Amino acid sequence: MARVYISSVIGAPADRIWQTVRDFNALPDWLPAVRESRIEGGQPSDQVGCVRAFRLEDGGFLRERLLALSDYDYSVTYSILESPMGVENYIATLKLVPVTDGGRTFAEWTAEFDCDPAAEAELVANIGNNVFQAAFDALKVRFGA
Amino acid sequence: MIRVVRSTVIDAPIAAVWDILRDFNGHDRWHPIVRRSFLEESKRTDQVGCVRNFDLEDGANVRERLLTLSDRDRRFRYTIVGADIPLHDYVAEVELKPVTDGDRTFWRWSSTFNTPVGQESELAALVATEVYEAGFAAVRERVETRSGGERRTWDAAPAAPAVGQGMGAAIAGTAIVVDRHGGAEELRPQPAEAPPPGPGQVRLRQTAIGVNYIDVYCRTGYFDLLEPPGVPGLEAAGVVVDVGPNVGHLAPGQRVAYACPPLGAYTTVRTMDAGLVIPLPDRIDDETAAAGLLKGVTAEFLLHRVHAVTPGETVLVYAPAGGVGRILCQWANRLGATVIGATSTDEKARVARAAGAHHVIVPGEKSLEEQVRDLTDGRGADVIYDAVGRDSFAHSVAALAVRGHLVSFGQASGDIGPRDIGMLAGCSATLSRPNYVHYTDTPEKFGAAAERLFDAIERRIVTVEIGQRFALENAADAHRALENRVTTGSTVLIPAEQGEAET
Repeated sequence: MARVYISSVIGAPADRIWQTVRDFNALPDWLPAVRESRIEGGQPSDQVGCVRAFRLEDGGFLRERLLALSDYDYSVTYSILESPMGVENYIATLKLVPVTDGGRTFAEWTAEFDCDPAAEAELVANIGNNVFQAAFDALKVRFGA
Repeated sequence: MIRVVRSTVIDAPIAAVWDILRDFNGHDRWHPIVRRSFLEESKRTDQVGCVRNFDLEDGANVRERLLTLSDRDRRFRYTIVGADIPLHDYVAEVELKPVTDGDRTFWRWSSTFNTPVGQESELAALVATEVYEAGFAAVRERVETRSGGERRTWDAAPAAPAVGQGMGAAIAGTAIVVDRHGGAEELRPQPAEAPPPGPGQVRLRQTAIGVNYIDVYCRTGYFDLLEPPGVPGLEAAGVVVDVGPNVGHLAPGQRVAYACPPLGAYTTVRTMDAGLVIPLPDRIDDETAAAGLLKGVTAEFLLHRVHAVTPGETVLVYAPAGGVGRILCQWANRLGATVIGATSTDEKARVARAAGAHHVIVPGEKSLEEQVRDLTDGRGADVIYDAVGRDSFAHSVAALAVRGHLVSFGQASGDIGPRDIGMLAGCSATLSRPNYVHYTDTPEKFGAAAERLFDAIERRIVTVEIGQRFALENAADAHRALENRVTTGSTVLIPAEQGEAET
């Protein structure tokens, strides 16, 4: 089981950032690498169990299922159903925690998955740097560091 | 149920912050609201279930039990088990998370609790502001100071001449000289010089000097130790300027300390026998060493060598709020003894309890020995540390358990005078009258005692509280404060920062 953990501090209150990241269909709005997204079956994007199907700028196609959504904890958990990455049993959680000191937000993104052991280090680095950290960088540009 | 959550980001790696926070009993080292803390029942600071017993700056006492501790999650939870503050059902959690983006630390401190009706907002604000946010600020300052190098180190001190350089030249300084026995006004700064060290000697530039009540006795002539004109003082810390031939354990630039006769510590520079000057570990700062070495080494040999205190023994300590008494309480408590303090006022009783005395007895309708027997199911005390002398001696003998040990190490109330040793037969008592010098007069003896003391200080078993600092030239003010009983904790004299010119 491989594990990825990336965390950052974003210069805006958690409830503001949450408005952006809670929308399971809104990846194209804040993640530069995502070109387009839709929710399968026309379900609402906050219906637990819904599936988002999205395409990356580089052409990659992924399907992810919303496993848990918490407006109380500012957290979203999802699994990958289909991807070009070569991962299995992939479950990730994005969570926001208020930093009461200064009205900022501590954001952490974790993922656990199985994969070919030979590819694990590269996958962990790639997901950590090019997906999670890149997403935090985008949020920091949008909301302030 | 009230919920308080505060969080912050500390600009330091998580390991540095966790190193401070995981020490459950270490909060009196960094939290401004915590004056003094000890662990009950001799438990370890990372032992789940341990209880930290601490006093706040306003005097309130709080006892908290460690419920969970996880090095993996860098998280612990604790609950209040007794407090002078009405926080009920209080459970708190401290949690650290790494901020991988920048190698910083996210710290969240939260709790839930109940309060009496009407005090909700007041107590919630107290917890949030004076405990959690003040704690954030203190730890931030601490880790930043550590990494920022603002701590005073002796690398930054005036460069010490290496061995050989300056040989033959005395170093000029200032000493406090007593020209005749008398009042505090007899302590006068005078130019002094430290000659180059001869064989077996070391020359020191001193950074902190400990003040003890015995210094007053030396000044007044009550003790026949200072022959005017003379310089008082038994203990100090400093840095080695140079060493004479045949000194192997010290080197120029090294931080050192001593606590031994002959007198002469009230000075900026000093040349003395190197045998009883010991290197200071990094974690013992100069003021702590200067303020605590004499009292701490005394407590060390009283508790470990004159009588080796073992778990389950009952120890009676007179003057438990005094310099040596406080350390005896702290240390005996941690050795597993049941500690009884015998003192005179409620304020001193509070200090004794904070130091670790399980029971404190004050003069009342019952005699001291009756009170001790009431507390011990009639057994009496296994060991009694008595520096009161004349007024306490008979009571001490009467308060001993069978085969108990009376350690008489001072006579604050006057000479004990001749006594009939037959009185010891009533409980097959052992009597000791130890003398500091005989437990500390070789480098081996003193080094071993100091090492055990430093270990106890590092582990927070023993704390050295510096209540007041005076400039060395104002030593007279320090003595006046001591004689007027307006000091708290230990007193140190600080020589002026400027290096003295060589003559």
